[in-house]
This record gives sequence, C-alpha cells and structure tokens, in this order.
Amino acid sequence: MATPIESLNERKIYEALKNVKDPEIDTVSIIDLGMVESASLEGDEVKVVLLPTFLGCPALEIIKKNTENSLKELPFIDKVEVEFIYNPPWTSDRITDEGHKGLRKFGIAPPPEHFEEDGSWHVDCPYCGSTYVTMDNIFGPTACRSILYCKSCKNPFEAMKPVSTMM
Amino acid sequence: MSNAENVLSPEYKEALKTLLFQLADDDFLLSFRGSEWLGLAPHIEEDVASSSISQDTMGHAAMYYKLLEDLGEGNADALAHARPAEERKNSVLAERVNGEGYYLETPEYDWAYAVVRNFFYAQAKKVKIDSLRTSSYQPLAETAVKVSMELYYHLMHWKLWFTQLLSSTDEAKRRMNNAIELVMKDFGDIFSYGNAKDAIEKEGLIAKEEELKANWTERMKPVFESLGMEVPAIPAASEKNGRNGEHTEDLTEALTTLSEVYRLDPAAAW
Repeated sequence: MATPIESLNERKIYEALKNVKDPEIDTVSIIDLGMVESASLEGDEVKVVLLPTFLGCPALEIIKKNTENSLKELPFIDKVEVEFIYNPPWTSDRITDEGHKGLRKFGIAPPPEHFEEDGSWHVDCPYCGSTYVTMDNIFGPTACRSILYCKSCKNPFEAMKPVSTMM
Repeated sequence: MSNAENVLSPEYKEALKTLLFQLADDDFLLSFRGSEWLGLAPHIEEDVASSSISQDTMGHAAMYYKLLEDLGEGNADALAHARPAEERKNSVLAERVNGEGYYLETPEYDWAYAVVRNFFYAQAKKVKIDSLRTSSYQPLAETAVKVSMELYYHLMHWKLWFTQLLSSTDEAKRRMNNAIELVMKDFGDIFSYGNAKDAIEKEGLIAKEEELKANWTERMKPVFESLGMEVPAIPAASEKNGRNGEHTEDLTEALTTLSEVYRLDPAAAW
C-alpha cells in the first residue's frame, strides 16, 4: 500500500517547511507567510515553489538555502529543488491565521484585510490592541514593513505592509 | 519560460530585449542615484523611506536583468555591472547626478531635484507598468503585476513630498520650480523607445510612445490642478537620447563607482 506512506512523507515535508522561519521574524514560517505555492515529491526528489514577498528582499536567498537544508534532513529525500516564481504574485492576504498570531507575538501588526477608498489602511496595536495609533512611516526597516506608534500604550510598532493585485 | 528563446521569432526577441534593457537600466541607475542619498536625506524617517524605495527599485531592475538572462543575454549581475556606457539604454534623467559634490565628501545634493525627478519618474513608470500588465510577453506581464504593488507606495510617497513642498514657503516653491525645469529638460527620452520604436510598438509588448505620454499628462493633471499649476509639456526630444546609447559623463562616472567592487572579483558569490 503506497498511499499511506506517501501521505506520511508529504506530512513530513510540510512539517519541515513549517520549520523554515523568516530569517528576521522567527515566530513565523514560510508556510505561515503564504510563500509556499507548492511542494511535490517524486521518488526521492522534492520540488518546492516559493513566491517572493518583495522583489528586492535580500532574505530570499537565505530562505531558499534554509528550505533546502531543512528538507535535506529528511531521510527519504535525496534531491531538493527550490524555485521562486512571480505568478501568482504574493499578496499579503496569503498570510495564514497562524501567521497573524506569530507576527503579533513578535510585535508586528498583521496586514489589514481591507483598504479605505482612498487607499489608506488601518491596523490595531499588536501589543495592547488599541485602535488609537498613528502612521509614522509607511516604509520600515525592511521592504515589507511600516512603522507606527500606539498612542494608548506609547509603544512604537511595525506592521506588515498590505499589498494586493488591485494596486 | 526557459525555452522561450526557442519559440520567439528573431525580430520579436530583438525588440523584447531592447525594451527590457531600457526598463532595467532605468531602474538600475535611478536606484543607484537613490542609494547615494543614504544618510543624507532631510530627516531619519525619510532616510528609511527613500532607501527602502531604492531597494525595491533595485529589485525591479534585477527582475528585468533576470528576464534578459533567461533570454540568453548572459548573467544578470554582469548585465547590471559590466556593460559600458555606450551600451546602456536608460533615460538620461536616470543617470544625472543628485547635485554638486561627491557623497563621501561634501555633497550638496538638491532635495527638490530628488523629489521632482522621483515623482515624475514614478508616474512614468506607473504608466508603463499598467501597459506592461497586458504585454504579449507573459513573463514580463507577470513581473509588471508584482512591480505595480510596490510602485503604488513609491508614487504615493513622492506625490506627498511634491504637493507639500509646492504648498510651502516661497523658497521651497522657487527651488521646486527650478527642479521641474531641470527634470523636464531630460524628459524627452523617458517614453522614447529610440531607434527600436517601430519594432517594439508592433509586437504588442507595450503601448505606443504617444499613448504613454498622454496617459502621463492625464494622471499628472489632478495633482497640478490642486496646486493651481499646469502640467509641463513633455519635450518631443532631448539633446541626447539615452535609448540609443547617447549619454552624459555622469553615467560613465556612475558606472565606474557602482561596479568597483564587482570588478575586483566578478566570480565572487554574494
């Protein structure tokens, strides 16, 4: 019976991918961020297709390497191929609920689900949940983040910048 | 995508490559000029913002060079660093220095020029990207969708600076108007495809020059009207057409500086 073994191995691949964290945010994995488009196993070869978040992100090569290393540790895998593709484009709504939790734990507000009519957007403070926040800088320490300030708990915080194909 | 070069006609491929070099070199040079502002922007938040924009823009250039690599033009790093000035296809506007002086010594860069150049350029890029979303070359259309999401924030950022400085003091207005004049002098080749005009336009790769120009003016109108100003006319041609490899001394100097480390060891892994 080949099927149960296959699904067991696929499960292990999924777990291995869950262990590949964002190099700068160790509370979220590439699965949580919605960067994994597909992973397919053929014999002892696995092919993983990833979607880059921002095109100029310097962490992409590190993520690629970490993905390869994590999968190579599985005993039934001999060869790993990791490829970045741009279609479908990565959008911030691909971040899972688990990802939202992980981001908040790190002090980063997850991206908002909706935009206002004028294209602006709002997030709540990831520390105290207050909605009384101001935008300090739409650009942040990395391409994917913005800097905000909570007027309730007086903490500066970051938010994942929302991106969608409507832009 | 990797077998694209086998199925494209030689004329189509030639036109496509020329267009990709124009797009790549534009973003590459402008992001280099942006990087020279690092640590010098008017305040710390702006330093974070404009360097982030430069990083995105460099990422866009890398994508275009990668598409050229896929078409058999050679390694993307080499395409970015090793091509001499006369082979470059960027607009002259993208290569211009930020102002007087060298960034490691006593630069006297002009922030008004930075704002106007970046705003006008970002709007031109937006008009092109919107057209490229329906490009006949699928990998380019897909890249355009991705670039567009990041460009959205760039455009918003430069538009804000533009309107605020032009609504500010007389000194600010004077400097901004001088910058507008300077930038428009170099705007003649922004929408030009150079000698490849006919070849590029007939392949459905991107809209015609005239259509892009009209779209740019249309998009700029509400911004200028809100300031009680008129959109400056795009010159029919500039003194030099960068699309045909005509450039200023600024480009030669920029290439010498930006490729210095690359040339020390072209085989090094990054």
